[in-house]
Amino acid sequence: MESDPDNVTHFETCVVRSDFAGTTAPKEAILRELERCGFCTDATFAIKLALEEAVANAINHGNGRDPNKRITIKYAIDCDRAVICISDEGNGFAHDSIPDPTTPERLSLPNGRGIMLMRAYMDEVTYRQEGREVCFVKQRVARGDVADG
Amino acid sequence: MAEERSHITLTKSDSVNVVTFTDRKILEEISINEIGEELNKLVEGEKGTKILLSFTNVEHLSSAALGVLITLNKKVAEQEGTLKLSDIAPQIYEVFKITRLNKLFEIHDTAEKALVTF
Repeated sequence: MESDPDNVTHFETCVVRSDFAGTTAPKEAILRELERCGFCTDATFAIKLALEEAVANAINHGNGRDPNKRITIKYAIDCDRAVICISDEGNGFAHDSIPDPTTPERLSLPNGRGIMLMRAYMDEVTYRQEGREVCFVKQRVARGDVADG
Repeated sequence: MAEERSHITLTKSDSVNVVTFTDRKILEEISINEIGEELNKLVEGEKGTKILLSFTNVEHLSSAALGVLITLNKKVAEQEGTLKLSDIAPQIYEVFKITRLNKLFEIHDTAEKALVTF
């Protein structure tokens, strides 16, 4: 598959400390790339949301809020699509066993929506390294839409 | 008269606490936790409190922010109060729809429309 992260020949890679301030610079760099490549506001909104959810999961769940651990943010963005991978130094997790947060019994729980939002907004979401890395792909132009330049 | 806090602005409309957010992005955990603390102070020890959260300035919202709203909703309910939401931009309303939280919260198009329902 063209957008498979394994087929990306060059990623920009940032290794940062595992806290929210540490991830600010790479997140801003990604947003600049999206703007440079002409991603529309809806796609940028979606990527920003997925990125925030993935980073929060890596800091809180993957690295267990351990400030001595690191997060790796890799991205490859061009006029066709954005491929972004976030990895942590945790023990991984079974991503396919996360319960549906929209069921009546879970609807009023305050957490558990991050992965669902990533899947809803991204064209592809894949977990690798036993859940320690998540990669997501967003096409610049939604399939069926006409490119605006 | 508006009361400025670090992340929210509070005004009173009759008996309703109308809250607007000063941040355009409610994304990062540190500011989300602070917002949660500021909102919870409106509820603590206040029986029957009425709160309207207006998202008029808000452009981005993460699942952690949704968690804060859910926790606030529970606290308000425990105090037999009322929480309503308004002025949610279409992109953010989509987040509520995807997570089905539009079924959990009472959401109005505008603060004006929400206020007449308290």
